[in-house]
Amino acid sequence: MREPLIFQLSRPGRGARAQWPPTVSAPAVPEGLRRTQRPLLPEVSELDVVRHYTRLSQLNYSIDTHFYPLGSCTMKYNPRACNAAAMLPEFAGRHPLSSPASGQGFLACLYELQEMLMSVTGMRGVALSPLAGAHGEFAGVAMIRAYHRSRSDMQRNEIIVPQAAHGTNPATASMCGCIAREVAVGPDGDVDLAALSAAVGAKTAGIMLTNPSTLGVFERRIEEVARIVHQAGGLLYYDGANLNAILGKVRPGDMAFDAIHMNLHKTFSTPHGGGGPGAGAVGVAARLTPFLPVPIVARESSAENGTAASYRWLTERDLPQSIGRLTSFAGNAGVLLRAYVYMRMLGREGMQRVGEYATLNANYLAARLTQLGYDAAYPQRRASHEFILTLKRQAHECGITAMDVAKRLLDLGFHAPTTYFPLLISECLLIEPTETESKQTLDAFVAAMAQVLREAQQEPEQLRRAPHSLPVRRLDDVRAARELDLTYKSTDG
Amino acid sequence: MPFIPHTEQDVREMLAAIGAPSIEALFDEIPSGLRVAALPDVPPGLSELEVMQLMAARARQDGRPLSFIGAGAYEHHIPAAVWSIVTRGEFYSAYTPYQAEASQGTLQSIYEYQTMMASLTGMEVCNASLYDGATALAEAVLMAVRANRRSTAARILMPRNLHPHYRAVALASASNQGLQFEQLPYERGTGQTSLEALSRFTGQDFSALVIAQPNFFGVLEDVDALTDFAHAHGALVIAAVNPIALALLKPPGQWGAKGVNIVVGEGQPLGCPLSSGGPYFGFMTTRLEHVRQMPGRIVGRTVDVDGRPGFTLTLQAREQHIRRAKATSNICTNQGLLMLAGTVYLALLGAEGLERVASLSMQRTAELSRALTAVAGVKRVFAGACFHEVVLSLDRPVAPVLQALGARGIEGGLDLSDYYPELGPALLTCATETKSAADIDSYAHALSEVLRAARAA
Amino acid sequence: MSNIPLELKYTRSHEWVKQLPEGITEVGISDHAQHALGDLVFVELPEVGRALGAGETCAVVESVKAASDVYAPLAGTVVAVNDQLRHTPELINREPYGGGWLLRLRPVAGGAESGLMSASQYGALVAQG
Repeated sequence: MREPLIFQLSRPGRGARAQWPPTVSAPAVPEGLRRTQRPLLPEVSELDVVRHYTRLSQLNYSIDTHFYPLGSCTMKYNPRACNAAAMLPEFAGRHPLSSPASGQGFLACLYELQEMLMSVTGMRGVALSPLAGAHGEFAGVAMIRAYHRSRSDMQRNEIIVPQAAHGTNPATASMCGCIAREVAVGPDGDVDLAALSAAVGAKTAGIMLTNPSTLGVFERRIEEVARIVHQAGGLLYYDGANLNAILGKVRPGDMAFDAIHMNLHKTFSTPHGGGGPGAGAVGVAARLTPFLPVPIVARESSAENGTAASYRWLTERDLPQSIGRLTSFAGNAGVLLRAYVYMRMLGREGMQRVGEYATLNANYLAARLTQLGYDAAYPQRRASHEFILTLKRQAHECGITAMDVAKRLLDLGFHAPTTYFPLLISECLLIEPTETESKQTLDAFVAAMAQVLREAQQEPEQLRRAPHSLPVRRLDDVRAARELDLTYKSTDG
Repeated sequence: MPFIPHTEQDVREMLAAIGAPSIEALFDEIPSGLRVAALPDVPPGLSELEVMQLMAARARQDGRPLSFIGAGAYEHHIPAAVWSIVTRGEFYSAYTPYQAEASQGTLQSIYEYQTMMASLTGMEVCNASLYDGATALAEAVLMAVRANRRSTAARILMPRNLHPHYRAVALASASNQGLQFEQLPYERGTGQTSLEALSRFTGQDFSALVIAQPNFFGVLEDVDALTDFAHAHGALVIAAVNPIALALLKPPGQWGAKGVNIVVGEGQPLGCPLSSGGPYFGFMTTRLEHVRQMPGRIVGRTVDVDGRPGFTLTLQAREQHIRRAKATSNICTNQGLLMLAGTVYLALLGAEGLERVASLSMQRTAELSRALTAVAGVKRVFAGACFHEVVLSLDRPVAPVLQALGARGIEGGLDLSDYYPELGPALLTCATETKSAADIDSYAHALSEVLRAARAA
Repeated sequence: MSNIPLELKYTRSHEWVKQLPEGITEVGISDHAQHALGDLVFVELPEVGRALGAGETCAVVESVKAASDVYAPLAGTVVAVNDQLRHTPELINREPYGGGWLLRLRPVAGGAESGLMSASQYGALVAQG
């Protein structure tokens, strides 16, 4: 039975009275400004609220309940200790504009996070304030533009983007007043160097790359790519979406990237939360450090001298060439604390194990699935932390699509992999197991995929009409866009 | 190794299936010169016990001062049920609801959120949230320029009494897209945006006017006059509002003759802990006619193939992952978990509860203002009616006073000297329903002592 | 196998052009384009009276998958738009060359029709994929 809307559970006069402060006669709001009609908010008891949202939660697939191999999202286990630490009352209750003097414990955590992120990525400066990966990308491209402007190199407004890039990349370029220029990717998954050489020139501000790429493979000639772009006067931007594949094994700084963003909600296991919050910390090479967004944590004196270390915020005054402030306050501090705790629990060796086991799990799944009869998009390449299967052959032979496979997997107790991204590969599944999944879980997924393949060949209707076991099936998104129903109206009933 | 479940046997069997001799062999496509042997600068790993001890020690070091700071982030009581629900694994560790059948919990709660916020702001539609209030305003400015066909100016009027960080973020976000910002002064007596200064733009072309309600000083604006002026000039109106205040104040959808075009604000007061500045959530609501220019995710109700009602993400063609370089924005996230906290908070409080929180906060601030201005050397700066914050002037520099109060465990407010030097030594202070009469007395008493000591020195 | 009426002209960006009486030109998107987009959910049309340059974005067609710009095949002034599309965007899917027309232009006098493809040229383009 479907769960009604909370408004449908409302009854006039009902309320969660324990949450109501006493009535007071407040100073009057000036007459022309007074609200005369109550907003449409529920009138329900506290039990109604708890029961309703608990039941809604039970309609969700999540990492805590299901294997969730969503490629490029890094759905790894979110350690509960991270949440417990970030929600300690002294951290949770601290006002953003509180004096640094009463926030030295908090600032120490952020400073050490900055340091650890620099160490694992090989970058020389870090800012923690961008609020999500896309926000970090914006900061990165803005810094690149600021760098060129500072050298009076005003005509550099082209950002090169591989064909397989995630949609945020060209969108970010245009938000920064740049033009995105696509370059082709070769049949083996690497950027076409000839096409790249032809595309760079005096108008090149930089290139945005993910490595391993969105095709799930390592850009083998990255050093050559870097040379070509740098020689033309452009800078290199690293989209850190796939950092999990190489964490502790390869560092973007060593690959000559000038600016990077990290998705703390992917690689550093902060919660996905049904769509957010994220945190998109940015790292830079030395030449971009003057442009970092503010604020940043600095350490005034060192514990080594015997005096206590003290931390403060750097602002526009300290960084006059900064691209500026990107957030109301200092960023998603609660998310940053979670990432900090995670990194402290992993430590230097744990971080290396992330890249190793994420890669092991992906290669294992790729091997088992191709042995079953699925087609890898790049069979001659090693998988990174993820890999792509193409269902083009099954689509042709059995009349099923990647979407059908995804929906059937839901029935079999798995969240589907990413479908239809990257756009270059038809009927694709992008599969990322992450390092926190056991061999048993992977084997169970392989068994489910075997069943799906059998059904595709013998009873394709099972796939086309999937999912069979969930409360809803194949929602009409055309109708959703044509007949917009975006809010409940009390006349809806 | 924390969080990695593999046994040695697992590894052996997996490598055998792959046909590789070792895990290192799986990295053989990577140029050997790029491979890192170790991370010596990163400290060794800690057990959960050790890390919790470390964090507890740091938390103790920071303690919990009695705080009277507002300035865009407000301390309100968060019912225990809110985070108990929000940290359920099914919400906490779920992804964006792209597979709608497997995400009806998230999708329905977003639809409920959209309904509540649209109604609270008096508008027709609402998105699934943006990063925070400041970035929501920056997005609204870009949206207004896109949506305003009549204006060719890409010029935005922003009041000086808008939150300074919001202004900074709008500038940082929009400067690469050729937007021009004009600052509107405020009336020194009331603290309200100067209508007279606004009238100097008569006959000029501007894309949008931003109105903050309450404004950064806590003062209530004459929203009808401001809205009507902008509309008379073919400009769009963007309202930046406090959601708790909307329980008592006329919503932006009813400002002026036609209501505003876009509403944004900081959702933090609705169930989100202060947490040193984030994570929060930005809300954005608008008229149906502008819905296709609105960034961010939106959930719609529809039916499934069997005619059963259900929810799905909709209007995704606007979003970055489909429109690519022609996107309305590059936003990929909504602040899912925080938006959910806001939804549960509003469901628990209801209209009655929200009104009481707003009234009590207004009342406490009035009491705070009376108690502090009774101390010699402290004066109220603006005569205008305010919501739950007030600007007070001191007869000496603010920073040392706040420092001395800090040493007594009290955070007195925000020093405005750097942001608004024209006010002289001034501070912005706030009391919500979380402050008792005794708390206010403590502050007044401490302030009196600090000022007396300063005078004697 | 998409439908490509012989009597129309086409652009590389999948618009079609039809000559109407009194020098008016009608514009729409091809069968190939509507098929690639999928079910259309929304159409944004220009204002009547707007002057367009050749190649300028004049409309947007939106499906659940994609939002695509429509480019003016010729320079001219918009004399009419297909109001029916506001409520029934799916007309473009059903009748891309008939009831699904987008707008009508009065082309600039002496403006060239160069760059427009014949049906067979457009057919070859589409076949290339």
